This record gives sequence, C-alpha cells and structure tokens, in this order.
Amino acid sequence: MTLTLTRAGRRAAHGAPPARWRGKKVQGWLYAAPTAVIVGVLFVVPLVLVVWMSLNRWPLLGPARFNAPDNYARIADNPLFLDAVLFTLKYTAITTVLLSSVALGLALLVQERRPGVGFFRTAFFLPGAVGFAAAALLFYGMLNNDFGPIDPMLRALGITHEPVKWIGTPNMALFSTIALVLWRFAGFNMLILLTGLQAIPVEVYEAARSDGAGRWQIFTRITLPLLRPTLALMLILSVTGSLLAFDQFFIFTNGGPDNSTVSMVMVAYRDAFFRFDLGGAAALSVVLLVGLVGLNTLMMRRLR
Amino acid sequence: MRRRLAGIAILGLLALTSAACGSGGGEAGSSAEPAAGPATITMWTRAATQAQSERLVKAYNSSHKNQVKLTVIPTDNYQPRIAAAAGAKQLPDVFAADVIFVPNYTAQGLFLDITDRINALPFKDKLAPSHMKLGTMDGRQYTLPHTLDLSVWFWNKDLYQKAGLDPEKGPKTLKEFAQQATTIQDKLGKDGKDGRVHGTFFGGNCGGCYVFTFWPSVWAAGGQVMNPEGTTSLNDRAPMTDVFKIWRELYDKKVTGPTAKEEQGPTWTGFFPKGEIGVMPMPSTTLGLMPKDMKIGVTPIAGPDGGESTFVGGDSIGISSTTKNADAAWDFLSWTMSEDAQVEVMAKNKDVLARTDLAGNKYSAEDPRVVLINSLVAKGQTPFAPRFGQTFNDPQGPWLRLAREAIFGDASKLPQLNAEITKSLQQ
Repeated sequence: MTLTLTRAGRRAAHGAPPARWRGKKVQGWLYAAPTAVIVGVLFVVPLVLVVWMSLNRWPLLGPARFNAPDNYARIADNPLFLDAVLFTLKYTAITTVLLSSVALGLALLVQERRPGVGFFRTAFFLPGAVGFAAAALLFYGMLNNDFGPIDPMLRALGITHEPVKWIGTPNMALFSTIALVLWRFAGFNMLILLTGLQAIPVEVYEAARSDGAGRWQIFTRITLPLLRPTLALMLILSVTGSLLAFDQFFIFTNGGPDNSTVSMVMVAYRDAFFRFDLGGAAALSVVLLVGLVGLNTLMMRRLR
Repeated sequence: MRRRLAGIAILGLLALTSAACGSGGGEAGSSAEPAAGPATITMWTRAATQAQSERLVKAYNSSHKNQVKLTVIPTDNYQPRIAAAAGAKQLPDVFAADVIFVPNYTAQGLFLDITDRINALPFKDKLAPSHMKLGTMDGRQYTLPHTLDLSVWFWNKDLYQKAGLDPEKGPKTLKEFAQQATTIQDKLGKDGKDGRVHGTFFGGNCGGCYVFTFWPSVWAAGGQVMNPEGTTSLNDRAPMTDVFKIWRELYDKKVTGPTAKEEQGPTWTGFFPKGEIGVMPMPSTTLGLMPKDMKIGVTPIAGPDGGESTFVGGDSIGISSTTKNADAAWDFLSWTMSEDAQVEVMAKNKDVLARTDLAGNKYSAEDPRVVLINSLVAKGQTPFAPRFGQTFNDPQGPWLRLAREAIFGDASKLPQLNAEITKSLQQ
C-alpha cells in the first residue's frame, strides 16, 4: 500500500490524471478479490493450520499441546510410512511412463481431422467424466471374483480357467490399479497433449517434409521438441497426482494385500482418522508437501 | 508458464493434503438451540446396524413430538467420519458406534457423561452387561446398548440334506464344523452356478471379520486373546493357534471357496443367503434378513473340542459431548430401552434385546433360534482394548497381518507379529 501511495504521489507531482488511474487500480483489486479470498480461505489458511497442527499434540476434542518436534521425530519410527514412500515412488514412476506414452499415442492417433475422429476423441476422453472414486468402485465391481463380469467373460472365451486374482497379489493389485488409472486419465492427458500438438504450425511440418524428413524424424525433431512445454505440464500433473494417490488404493485395493499398496496419503489418513493422531498426520502431510514442492521445482528446472 | 505450472502443482497438492488431513466432515452438525417446543435431534449410525436404527427411529418419530433425523454412514467410513466430525465439533446429537470402539471414543471425550440419567432407570441393572462395561470409564457411564450382534454358526439345512448330513444336527465342535464343511465341499462342490457351492467361507482380508468369527472359538476353549486391560496380545499361543490351524486346513483343501483370501469385508455375509455355503459363522442380526424359504440352523460357535461362546458385538449409543439438545437426546435414548421399544420393535424383528429381563417375550418364544441367540449374551464376550480399532479393525493394523500369515502364509512369524499387536495396543 505504501508503494501504491508513493507511486500515486509521484504521478500527481508529474501532473498525471490520478482519479482515473486510481479507479482502474480499485477495479483491478476488485477483480482479484474473489480469487484472493478463495485462495486464502481454502489454501493458505488450511496450510498454516496443518503446519501448526504438526507442531502440537492435537486431540479430537479439547485443547492442543505444543510438542514440537515429536510428531516429526516419530516419522522415522513408522515402518508403514517408509514402505509407503518406496511404494508411492514406484507407482509414480510406472504410472507416469505408461500414462505419458498411452496419452501421447492416443493424441497422435486423433491429431488430424479425419472422418470419425470426433467419435474417437470423445470415446477416449469419456472415462475422464467419471468421478475417480466412482471409477475405483466400478473397477472393484468389474474385477470382483465373486460377482464381477470380467472373470466369467474370460472363462467363457477360454482365456482363463480359474478366477484371476486381480487384487489378490501385490503385483496384480498394483497393475490392476495402474490399469484403472490409465483408463481414467489417459483421455484427459490426451486432450492436454492434443492442444499442444495443434499449436504446432502446419508450415513447420510442410517445410520438414519438403526437406525430405521421414515420419520418425518429424516426430523426434519437430513434434517432441515443440511439444515440450505441454509435455512438461502433463508430467507435472501426473507426478503430482501419483504421489498424492489415495482414492484408487483406498477404495480399490484397501491398501492390500498385506499392506503392499499403501500410499503416503493413506498413511496420513490412517494416522488422522483411525489412530486419531491428528498432529502426527499433519507432520506427515507437511513432509509430503515439502518433498513434492522440491520435486516439482527440480522437474521444472529440468524441463524448462 | 513456469509460475503457472508451479501454481497448479502447489494448489493440487494443497487441495489433496488438506482433504486428507483437514477437518472437513460431518454435514449434520449438532442442530438446534435448546427449544421449549418439540425438538429435532440428529443421529448417526453405521450401515451394519442400519435396519435396527431405522426401525427404532421410525417408531419413535411416529409416537413422539420430538423427532430424530437419522443419517446412515457406510460402515467402513464410519470411524473416519466420526473423527472428522469431532475435530470440527460437528458431531450429531446422538451417535451409535461399534461397541468395541466405545472405550477409545470415551477416552477422547466424544460422549457426554450420562451416569446420573442411567442410574434413574428402573431397569439399569438389566442392561446388556458387556455393552455397559465397555461404556464405563473411571466409574462413570457414557453409553447405552443400541443393538446386539452376536456371532453364531449358520448351517444350510437343504445343502446338509443333499450332502447326506443330518440337516437337524449342526456342529458341536470346531473340528465337527470342519468335517461337515469338508463333506459339503466334497459332495456338492461342483453344484450350483459355476460350481459355486462351498463348504464354508470367511473374510480372509478383513480384520474385524477374523475377531468376530475366530475369537469365540478361543473363548469356548477356555482361552483368552488379550489380557483384561487390553494391552497385551495373546494371539500367538493355543488355543488361538489351534483355531488358525483348522481354518488353514480348510483353506488349503479349498473348502472355503477361492475368494476367501481376498474378501475385504463388505460382502462376506452375502454368500450364505444365496444358498452357496454349507456352514459358516454369521452375525445374528442377519437372521431376520435371510430368505423366507431358506431352512437355516443356528448353533453357538464352539472351540476345537467343544464349549460354546460368541462375540457380543453390535452398537452402543451415546449423547455427543458437543450437543445442545441433551434432554431431547436422552428422551430418545431412554425410550429405546423401554419395554415398548425392545419388545415391539427389536424382538418383533428377531433382534437380540439390550435388556436381559425381556429376553423371554412373546416374539422370541416363537423361534427357538432367537431364544438360543438371546441365551448366548451371558456366555459371550466383548473384548476390551482402548486401541482396538487401530489394532484389529484397521486394514493396515498389525492383527490382519498376523491372521493372514497364520492362515495363508508363514505361521512361524506369529510371535513377532503378536509383539507388534501388543505394541499397537500400548500406543
């Protein structure tokens, strides 16, 4: 505010029409105010609260007691969380590679305007319209060995003879979940990449073709480099989403079998709502937040 | 662009972390100010005991000026919802809770002290003893029994007849149970849709299912699963290990059906009513929900060589400590304990009664199975442990790992995993 007044004063000293400028400024503040309020109430306040909670023993009811840094010190003794960190990183790596590849493949398939391409674009994007929790429940039902339709279909076709334990072993549970995530998000990521692909000027492709470049050369020398900013956005969304994975494991695998699919957010959730250790859960969230901000900063530097 | 990306990343992260750890939650907060006229109180219950709660609320609302607004919450989400609502001071006026969670809730200060109100009830000494014990802390009382759900063995008389077993004789020991289940599997395993008839079934990936269905066999054999204070686990020794061994053999011989290992809990009681299971442990509250034409035998859960016991589960109900409608809430709670509610609502629908003095009534006498279940209330147990939920019910808790190793994995890990249970109980 001091800065604003000083500038306004300077303008007045130079004889500029201050009233109109001031009006514009107020207008600008008014435009920004709703967003600022939303960000403040929904993001800044909860963030400060979570950090404060992480420094206290925070019961469900009753006064909190400052106990820093106990909540953070206890993280090292939590084997479930340490396992969850490794599992979440593994899940993030596999999901990001597969999701980017499938989304890019789909985007390239439906890139050009051809008859019927609209149908495929819609079909690929449609799973993105299903809520994620609903999608996880849908997969749980579809792949359920007792009442799901997939098993009987596979057996009727002679592909399998025994029920397939879709979430019965750690690896099957992981890959079934990744299949769910691909089904749900590939279309959405395809859409992001499609906007990037369509922003590449046609003239660049024409020039390359007239210079004798083949399909592969055009893809590696033109499409990929010019798609880089869009790819970066997609990667960051995918990595962030995967590191914060919760719904798919909470609903679809319930962290099982034998705690093999417990994500980091699930551990924080368990600490808060099953163990009623709100301070400990807040500390885990803050650690997760710091790690994620660090990782994203690193990625943005590399992908710039 | 870079800033925007960073913004998107951070906003996404905040949205999710605050969703996971924030204090969002209950939409039905403690409702109105104390009112001179008719009051409306809010009540929460879990889906597992929805039918009983709905019947009670309906009967109360139709006969009283005060009204109860009931919200039913999925069983798996109930504990997190209560925690979130408590953190936000938005608990309903009254809420029912799985009786085994009550000591923890009481310790967290979620329930109002109702000792004096309970003492004024003429039948206070006749209330279900196990529920009352778990609702008492430092001599003060916080809850009343709401529903009683006992684990018993159900057997399908039609399948028994088809398999050449005596349809009128259920198992008297866990070993007999295993033999009869095996006979059903051997004789009828190929019957039904896709060979879906199986000897027995259990929730193999569900901690709560294990305690509800396996522990009574331990008690029937004269054993214990924890010390009385609920701070030391005794699950790595006989008779628990004998019980595990029998169930492990049933699974190894494929008597339990192929999906028992993956069963997480929501559907574990769904197979028996379809006529696909010979004999299995079931919750007594499901007896009234079975198909009318199905011939079902009910017998107490036994130990490996005999005895009988049951897990006295179900819900207790209390007034939340944040309510502003304590009098109206108590009016409803005390009415649910009345003879009118217990006999004309609960007993009429084959439910176990919360008052022992009303166990023999005009409805229970019509069905000897209900008489049997009522008689088990005195023989059964409700285990006490302040850290019960996070140890035994939580899918990430240490008990589920122990039970699964005992049945499907490496049983030699039991002592080490039992030590982890004790550690969790003492946290």
